[in-house]
Amino acid sequence: MPDTIEIRLGGVGGQGIALAGTLLGKAAALYDGKEAVFTQTYGPEARGGASRADIIVSDTAIAYPFVTRPQVLAVLFQEAYEKFRPQLAPDGLLIIEPDLVNPHDDDSDLVRLPAIKIAEELGNKLAANIVMLGYLVGASKAVSFHAMEEAIRETVNERHLDLDLRAFNAGYNEAIGAGDD
Amino acid sequence: MSSKAAQKQAAPDSPQRVLTGRQFMLGDHACAEGALAAGLDFFAGYPITPSTEVAEHLASRLPAVGGRFVQMEDELGSIAAIIGASAAGARSFTATSGPGFSLMMENIGLAAMMELPCVIVNVQRASPSTGLPTMVGQSDILQARWGSHGDYGIVAYCPSSPQECFELTIDAFNTADRYRIPVFILMDEVVGHMAERVEIPEAKDIPHVPRKGPRTAPGTGQFLPYAADADLVPPIAHAGDGYKVHMTGLTHDERGYPSLTAETHDKLVHRLVDKVRLNAADIVDFEEQDVDDADCVIVAYGCTARSATAAVTQARAEGLRCGLLRPKTIWPFPEARVRRLLEIGKVKRFIVPEINLGQMRREIERLTQLPTLRLNHAGGAMPTPNAILEIIRS
Repeated sequence: MPDTIEIRLGGVGGQGIALAGTLLGKAAALYDGKEAVFTQTYGPEARGGASRADIIVSDTAIAYPFVTRPQVLAVLFQEAYEKFRPQLAPDGLLIIEPDLVNPHDDDSDLVRLPAIKIAEELGNKLAANIVMLGYLVGASKAVSFHAMEEAIRETVNERHLDLDLRAFNAGYNEAIGAGDD
Repeated sequence: MSSKAAQKQAAPDSPQRVLTGRQFMLGDHACAEGALAAGLDFFAGYPITPSTEVAEHLASRLPAVGGRFVQMEDELGSIAAIIGASAAGARSFTATSGPGFSLMMENIGLAAMMELPCVIVNVQRASPSTGLPTMVGQSDILQARWGSHGDYGIVAYCPSSPQECFELTIDAFNTADRYRIPVFILMDEVVGHMAERVEIPEAKDIPHVPRKGPRTAPGTGQFLPYAADADLVPPIAHAGDGYKVHMTGLTHDERGYPSLTAETHDKLVHRLVDKVRLNAADIVDFEEQDVDDADCVIVAYGCTARSATAAVTQARAEGLRCGLLRPKTIWPFPEARVRRLLEIGKVKRFIVPEINLGQMRREIERLTQLPTLRLNHAGGAMPTPNAILEIIRS
């Protein structure tokens, strides 16, 4: 992983984008001992339209707090794809939820992660954000597996903890290829 | 009440007053936690973006550790309530943004005149008027200094990170009590709404500066509530302590009684201003990056200072002798430090980026004839490191 990585999660209100972003920040800043900054859209922008959660993770102090050129973009909403796709760094990692995002025909270098289907199989499609997060962590190594597990344990409500830990593992395993055969 | 804050620690099975440890939190929440750690007793406020998270956080946290939270009818009520609570000895606090700050101005003057300590955080958004409620601004800098009518002294802190939101809020309470003044925390939307790691020390390591109390017993008639010591700050007796105290916004003598003469007024107002002005060396707080050999010094605060930090780091990598002076107290302004830099004589120009049309730049221009370059945005966006870098290179 490079010294600094910029990550953007794009979706629509209610999908748990902000929670996923906060978990990334916590995992990096509290359990991996790195620097991390989290920002998100506020106000009218965040209601109805495409919302974003941005995280910068770095080995050194982060001065400017905003993501300008994400190396990782995960989107769960068509409008978020349209809005944020052009900002992705060349050779950046793009992850989409294929039930919610139809990529442009010429946009081939991307990962279609059926996060909703995987979450449904685990018992609740609302955990799709955490499946997506698991994939993102496995593929980008922005934070360690253990740091993210710890962040989930310390943050998520007891009622959803088991589901979210399983969702995280499922997404992570998709990324590292475990269980493919 | 404030001096008993330490003893008001909640029972072992209750939520902690000081959230010791490493947290990942919003600047707004870190400000609220700083107030709790400082021994906050009483919060009265009216929610307004982008400060709402301060009130929201305290609404659940403060009552759980034995304090009082009141949502008021508006900002006029909020400031009046915290001044009243302060007269009863409470460490009191409110949170607002530009429009609410404007509404508080009259009673901020009353707090200054009655010398009742209180802390007000203004999480700045793009102004004037309703402006851009959810977007960043830094345009209340001069309002904080001069917003209420008349001459009086105040202190204003400008944090650049959630960690500083926590630390400077504690400083704000101590400074308010030490000098019996209203103290402001001028945050901005970017710092308020970003989350970073915040390290919270143990309760015993939180600095606590108590108010000076009377040195004579109640009932003796010897206590003069507005007789100042050599530091120009009078000891304070609180409602219920048993002393006879009269407080008024009218010009008053050492007994606190109205004394409507030019002589009393001149003496009183000079003291209200001088207790901050003459103690500035103890109050002023700033940080520097690479200033010692710099021929170009950026002066920046709040979120803008973060872009300036990135710009200075890049400029140094390019071999440019550039540095950053970052006021953590914007009032009093670190004037002595700027004068010293001018005496040393290495600085050839200043750059002042701000999310307003040049409010702090006036301070630099007042102190020097050297070129003072501007980078101003009216609000809604903060200057980028590259924009500052271009001016450094020019």
